[in-house]
Amino acid sequence: MPALPLDEAGKYVAAAYLVFLGLILVYVAIMAAKLARIDRELGELADVAEGRARPDRNGESRG
Amino acid sequence: MKVPSLRANAIAATLVLLAGFALVFFYAPLDTDQGFIQKIFYLHVPLAICALAGFILGGLLAIAHLRTGDPRWDARSYVAIHLSIIFGVGVLITGSIWAHASWGKWWVWDEPTLVSFLIVFLLYATYYPLRYAIEDRDRQGRYASVFAITAGAFVPLNFIAVRMAESLVHPRVFATANGGLPGSMLLTFLVCLAGMALLWLVLVRFELAAKSASASLSRLRRALDGEPEIPAQGSRIAPGVPSSATSVS
Repeated sequence: MPALPLDEAGKYVAAAYLVFLGLILVYVAIMAAKLARIDRELGELADVAEGRARPDRNGESRG
Repeated sequence: MKVPSLRANAIAATLVLLAGFALVFFYAPLDTDQGFIQKIFYLHVPLAICALAGFILGGLLAIAHLRTGDPRWDARSYVAIHLSIIFGVGVLITGSIWAHASWGKWWVWDEPTLVSFLIVFLLYATYYPLRYAIEDRDRQGRYASVFAITAGAFVPLNFIAVRMAESLVHPRVFATANGGLPGSMLLTFLVCLAGMALLWLVLVRFELAAKSASASLSRLRRALDGEPEIPAQGSRIAPGVPSSATSVS
């Protein structure tokens, strides 16, 4: 089969490389969403831990 | 041996991959038979090699899991196979794009290389339902490891069988006839392969780090709730990852 002309082949080559880029970007976006959830939950746990520590400190200062 | 940090690994992968793609478009000569469309192979073939090597590595890590009973090896095996399946999707799509440009068809069923890769891909696609079907964590890990070892052994056998088969149309990148690739094309290909392997490693380490952070968060939540310590759980099919599992050796 004869080689495709550059303008025709260029579209296919660009499509292949864009698919690769898209695949990586989708994966990174999913991982970023997961890490954002972990970050949010970590913030919530830090608030809970601080909330528990505060009454203890208040109790110590009163006593 | 000191393992480079994830950040250093990511920077190296980006630089090598960008250098490889620069070589593809500004250094490697046009193929006399296929012309510009052959540039797809510098992406498609490294993706395929990394996916297949990742499947085999997943099997080797599964052997370590069965030998030691340590769930960290199961987690590494799971992540290696998971990333290889993602790379496999890339292989199938970029291969189809090349096939349509070169043969005028998106898929050819009588070509052993294509069909064998599809069989391997579909085989590994059953890895998730296998894990999902088993609720007990220990049994899930053991069964998944047996699957990973069996399927991992199938990959090189399949590859050898395809190489021995009489191929009609699929080109060979590492052909032994007619001298194989010229030096400039071979250099470009090897740089792309190195970049793709580094990218695979970065994504594996990234995924393991995220799973480790998630498991640590669950332990912290249980500690704050005053619940007893239980092993890292992860999601229902993904194994839990203790914090020391983030390096892939």
